[in-house]
Amino acid sequence: MCTYSTEHLMIKGSGKGPNGWFGVKEATVYFDHPVHLGVEHSLNIDFLEPELGPSARVAVELEAGSARRLAEAIIRALDQMPELTGELVRADR
Amino acid sequence: MSDQMLAETVEIKGFGEDSLEAYFARPTGQGPYGSVVVIHHMPGYDEATKEITRKFAFHGYQAICPNLYSREAPGAAPDDAAATVRALGGVPDERLVGDVKGAADYLRSQPASNSKVGVIGYCSGGRQTFLSACSLDDLDAAVVCYGAFIVSDAPPEMPMALKSLLHLTPNASCPILGLFGAEDKFPSPDQVARLDSELEKYSKEHEFHTYEGAGHAFFAVDRPSYRPEAANDGWKQIWTFFGRLLSS
Repeated sequence: MCTYSTEHLMIKGSGKGPNGWFGVKEATVYFDHPVHLGVEHSLNIDFLEPELGPSARVAVELEAGSARRLAEAIIRALDQMPELTGELVRADR
Repeated sequence: MSDQMLAETVEIKGFGEDSLEAYFARPTGQGPYGSVVVIHHMPGYDEATKEITRKFAFHGYQAICPNLYSREAPGAAPDDAAATVRALGGVPDERLVGDVKGAADYLRSQPASNSKVGVIGYCSGGRQTFLSACSLDDLDAAVVCYGAFIVSDAPPEMPMALKSLLHLTPNASCPILGLFGAEDKFPSPDQVARLDSELEKYSKEHEFHTYEGAGHAFFAVDRPSYRPEAANDGWKQIWTFFGRLLSS
């Protein structure tokens, strides 16, 4: 199925595309059909900068288990540096 | 029958007289030919959908696939365009109907047209096909391939405001062929049965086929969901259905 499910959030970051680095301001996260990965559904993340157009996008498609491990790894990595990340998270918000 | 065809990108007018990119494939003979509007799936105006459009031309139909993401992402790669439109919340129903009308009008204006136009859509395009059949009064046939959220609203956690279309059933203006997978969850067999009975209730001509061993997107030859047995029979049903309703 097309799940239509979409998490959409405003972010502050940078991504690297075929033409080099650019700032990314939005992200969408959804579990739906991949374009490239050979499974029926995958966890897809798009990092976007709409002002630069549709091709200003860094995309990943992950098998569900990989996505969970990645999410857990992100949290672990952030938790390892509470003082630093605390500052950064506050600044980001 | 000749298998010669011409396929190219054209510009058509859609909802609000907006210019849209569209992929147009047709036999090169003089016709007259029936026509088909192909509504692309949520992943966009992609290579697979263009291949489907050419398949109709191979079988003697004028076929056009409007790029429903033309406005938000002109000239973008199909996956980038789909990501952009997804982030913006999807294609509004009213706009979709206007775009399909524009595509159908374009087909009827062709010198080789026999004035008959059908519509077919896959996945999200399946829902949009039902919407078109219930919103436009001059279509001759509609093929719904595993369209979800026709009989129920999308869950509230989904940001796309997809409302049930069931209340539109009395307005269905043309015969409907529905092709579904028994293992699909959206639409589930129960939802398909509900749509079937609603069409029955209003005496709307329709024909549904549900394939065992197939789930969602069983027509998609470039995806793991492809089920050749179901897809081959599905195509057979489509040729019979459109052959009866769109021929001269």
